[in-house]
Amino acid sequence: MASSIVEKFESMEYGPAPEDAGEVNRWLEAHGRAFGSYIDGAWTAAGSTAKSESFAVKNPATGELLATVNSAGAAEVDLAVKAARAALPGWQALTGHQRARYLYALARQVQKHARRLAVLETLDNGKSIRESRDIDIPLVARHFYHHAGWAQILDEEFPGYAPAGVVGQIIPWNFPLLMFAWKVAPALAAGCTVVIKPAEYTPLTAIMFAEIADEIGLPKGVLNVVNGDGRTGAAIVEHPGIDKIAFTGSTEVGRIIRKATAKTSKKLSLELGGKSPFIVFDDADLDSAVEGLVDGIWFNQGQVCCAGSRLLVQERIAERLFEKIRARMQTLRIGSPLDKAIDIGAIVDQVQYDRIAALVKTGIAEGATCWQPDVTMPEKGLFFKPTLLTGVSPSATVAQEEIFGPVLVAMTFRTPAEAVELANNTAYGLAASIWSENINVALDVAAQVKAGVVWVNATNLFDAACGFGGYRESGYGREGGKEGMYEYLEPAWLRGQVLSPQLSVVSEVVATENGELTTENAVGIDRTVKNYIGGKQARPDSGYSYPVYGRNGSLVGEAPLGSRKDLRNAVEAARAAGKWAKTTAHGRAQVLYFLAENLVQRRAEIIAKLAAFVGPEQAAVEVDQSVERTFTYAAWADKFEGTVHNPPARMVTLAMKEAVGTVGILAPDEAPLLSLLSLVLPAIAMGNTVVAVPSERAATLMGELYQVFDTSDLPGGVVNLVAGKASELGKTLAEHDDIDAIWSFRDEAASAMVKAASIGNLKQVFSNDGRAIDWFDPAQAQGRWFLRHATQVKNIWVPYGE
Amino acid sequence: MATKEAKVTELHRHAEAAAPVMLYGREMSANRRMPLNLDWVEEIRVNTSAVERRAATIPARRSVKKEWQAAWLLRAIACMDLTTLSGDDSADRVRRLCAKARRPVEDKIVKALGIEELGLTVGAVCVYHAFVETAVKALEGSGIPVAAVSTGFPAGLSPLETRVAEIRRSVEAGASEIDIVITRAHVFNGEWNALYDEVAAFKDACGPAHMKAILGTGDLLTLRNVARASWVAMMAGTDFIKTSTGKEAVNATLPVSLVMIRALREYGERTGMAVGFKPAGGIKTAKQALDWMATMKDELGRSWLEPTLFRYGASSMLGDIERQLEHFVTGRYSAAYRHPIA
Repeated sequence: MASSIVEKFESMEYGPAPEDAGEVNRWLEAHGRAFGSYIDGAWTAAGSTAKSESFAVKNPATGELLATVNSAGAAEVDLAVKAARAALPGWQALTGHQRARYLYALARQVQKHARRLAVLETLDNGKSIRESRDIDIPLVARHFYHHAGWAQILDEEFPGYAPAGVVGQIIPWNFPLLMFAWKVAPALAAGCTVVIKPAEYTPLTAIMFAEIADEIGLPKGVLNVVNGDGRTGAAIVEHPGIDKIAFTGSTEVGRIIRKATAKTSKKLSLELGGKSPFIVFDDADLDSAVEGLVDGIWFNQGQVCCAGSRLLVQERIAERLFEKIRARMQTLRIGSPLDKAIDIGAIVDQVQYDRIAALVKTGIAEGATCWQPDVTMPEKGLFFKPTLLTGVSPSATVAQEEIFGPVLVAMTFRTPAEAVELANNTAYGLAASIWSENINVALDVAAQVKAGVVWVNATNLFDAACGFGGYRESGYGREGGKEGMYEYLEPAWLRGQVLSPQLSVVSEVVATENGELTTENAVGIDRTVKNYIGGKQARPDSGYSYPVYGRNGSLVGEAPLGSRKDLRNAVEAARAAGKWAKTTAHGRAQVLYFLAENLVQRRAEIIAKLAAFVGPEQAAVEVDQSVERTFTYAAWADKFEGTVHNPPARMVTLAMKEAVGTVGILAPDEAPLLSLLSLVLPAIAMGNTVVAVPSERAATLMGELYQVFDTSDLPGGVVNLVAGKASELGKTLAEHDDIDAIWSFRDEAASAMVKAASIGNLKQVFSNDGRAIDWFDPAQAQGRWFLRHATQVKNIWVPYGE
Repeated sequence: MATKEAKVTELHRHAEAAAPVMLYGREMSANRRMPLNLDWVEEIRVNTSAVERRAATIPARRSVKKEWQAAWLLRAIACMDLTTLSGDDSADRVRRLCAKARRPVEDKIVKALGIEELGLTVGAVCVYHAFVETAVKALEGSGIPVAAVSTGFPAGLSPLETRVAEIRRSVEAGASEIDIVITRAHVFNGEWNALYDEVAAFKDACGPAHMKAILGTGDLLTLRNVARASWVAMMAGTDFIKTSTGKEAVNATLPVSLVMIRALREYGERTGMAVGFKPAGGIKTAKQALDWMATMKDELGRSWLEPTLFRYGASSMLGDIERQLEHFVTGRYSAAYRHPIA
């Protein structure tokens, strides 16, 4: 000992500081290091030796086998879903308070067993014990506490909503128990029952949690944990007994799930990949920004969907910042994740390690300069050095693809506008981090970045009260906060609705060459109805029109036969009108009030036209209700506001409700005027621009409608109308990568079609799943349900303090 | 005068014995006055929340155990300015403190740790001017420097000539380190030239004595003020920047320390000159001592764990460290009364 202390006094090295894993190893041993699935309150057989039926769970830091876990096949998934279904009535029959007590008990148990869960998480995943101990597990407890609260006040806060039902959940390996909590807590709080599949790399904490749930007496079947790989996941996704799927994982798998569930009415929320920008302005606190990067890209070995992986730095300070980053990287400590003085642990699996290495290689091949610190590396285990790639161009693979490793990719910008352009130059839109000491710059950029979570002078902050989720191909839906609860609820009236009859195609019947034939009636010359694009009437590109008949079979007029190219033009016009979103809410309200006024002005005329389709009685009601609905959304325009979340720290989180962007709308045939307006109005009230396909059967009505638009100061391009064969136009719209959301309120086939076609850019889908909606009933046809889909929540975290 | 020269020689010997000061692989020289560069003051950006978050993770990110912990705690003693700054200080009280400074750890523990060869003492003894001579005499032959708080400590609001004269008298009395306090109002009012001139005048008065500039961070309140004051003091030629007097409502905290450390690091990078750091006030436990050393090591590197560049201002921390050391040696938790007091 003697010389050894003198030596250490001189060297001042850290030395090992291992966390004891004895307790967790004893737990594993007590289970014979073999596990099954937790179904209907019981454990399925464990310890199968057949390779096809089981998989090995390894400690990525050492390669040691931690346990063998049996895979659940389709039969076991079926049992789990049936158990969840059977448990549903009993679970829903509980009062909110009773469910709250279960969630509270789970939160308490997580706290009581916090270290055991943290150590197991670190063994299984390879993340540092500091992170599992100080971040993952405390957030798990916080999530159950927070959602115990939502269970308690569910009836008051979500009147008219019902639980989604049996929920299938599939979670990733990067935050195994935290993602488990993010999925399970809101589902249980909402009154849903759960079948959840942990990632096959990291199933152990979910298994330990299931034991905890069992201990507190959570009713059997309410929580079912099935283990397995993608095949088990597929069995959940495809199971007809599931009402909702919640998935966190890769964008690629997200697409598969969207497609697989297209023909069903399963609700879907996706939390997918990211390539989140980390923007540093020249007036930032650079030392703090560097620490932000440590928390951004070197947190959890960079295996974080919202990792600040794309560093965008203002040219003037780029070199200085890079120097600081390199100096800081040099002091990062890499090693045994159980060591309490380690910054970077192990990569979860060889497959991931190889992928990271290959992408770095590609980056270098494409011209990037690679820098890694000269730090001590463990001799074995999957450890990847923190890496900085500079001189990366936006077109480089490493600038576009998610690396999911400790690799920072750096680019420079000149102006705030260019920073925003670069930040948004990605198919993803999960998170962004903005560093500037000028609050004007920071908030301005925060508003412009297309991302669901924005941190100002911070990064990777999470809290159960603040919604988390992405824009664009980073998925849809939110987790956390009130916005997250809606993912597990739906309007109570919706499930009871009957399916609409399948709609027939009418525009195919006869197509006439445009302009040659106009219907004349006894009164005089009828107007030529055209498409309405960019605030102008536009002849259809096809040069064809089709006849539109009234309910008594008489020819009412002709509607333009819109095609792909008309839609292309319409989407361009809608995109060009994007500044509508920046118009003040008051300004949008004024336009809508004016629109209502002009509807009233033309009331008699519109009733006369509409009567041909629906009879004079309904026509009058429909027009009057349209006026009222327009007033309703004028009223809502400046009242469907964001909220301010209060995470437990000195900061505010602004949950801003932003327009989704450009929305494609497929309107139904019934109540053709009222239904079309019931869809268009909430969209534009919230600042979206719209490309709508009106009812095929009554498309000539749009002639009246666009004249009203024209006289109402509605800027050109905010609403575009293209008539024609709804199924074809709908598919083109659903596939269009510059459409941000597709709303289908036609028949079941239309809903299935748009869902399947939406996977290109993973646009949001809002549909009736073919269910009939009573457009005359305000409880169904207007209000928050529509407004929520017309907006997406952006959570902007603003720490403060001087 | 003979005493003073002896002290100064000792200090130089101490400095020469140490390895060259390195920052990111670059050798640093001692700090010298440079012209006041107001751009460097104006461009300072400090984000308080981000600094607080970083500071909060330092104790959680680093942990030192077993022999390493014992070695680190001994290092904390070597970097300690053992301090008494009370109205009821007396010559005997100061002599007792000096005795403890010479033998900060009981012989039996020293022996058990096998560190006799270190000849471990504290970094300095820090007293009011009135007790400088007492301390110098009590420490004779130990090589332990005496530090005097000066310039109207702790408020620093007596006339400038008086404050300058006070430094001279302490140096004459044998203090080889002078802890000065700045006029906080200069910071509030952005009077950077006045602050620079003040610190420069103090430094001139110190002559060969080592100067530590106390910023009074508990008074300055904002971290940006702390950073600005640090930069001006460094440009004016101070050898150390020091957080607090120990008399403010809030004294040394990790966020404040982090801001000062980042300032002196950036100053070092820009000028090639090394400035030391002294957190003072409120650091009472062995665990805190470890947290601060981890901060120094990670933010600045090994060179800033030498008493030439790092000091704690502490009075009660030594007791806690001794208890931890005994626990390391015996495996039993110790009690405060078992260790000789200062």
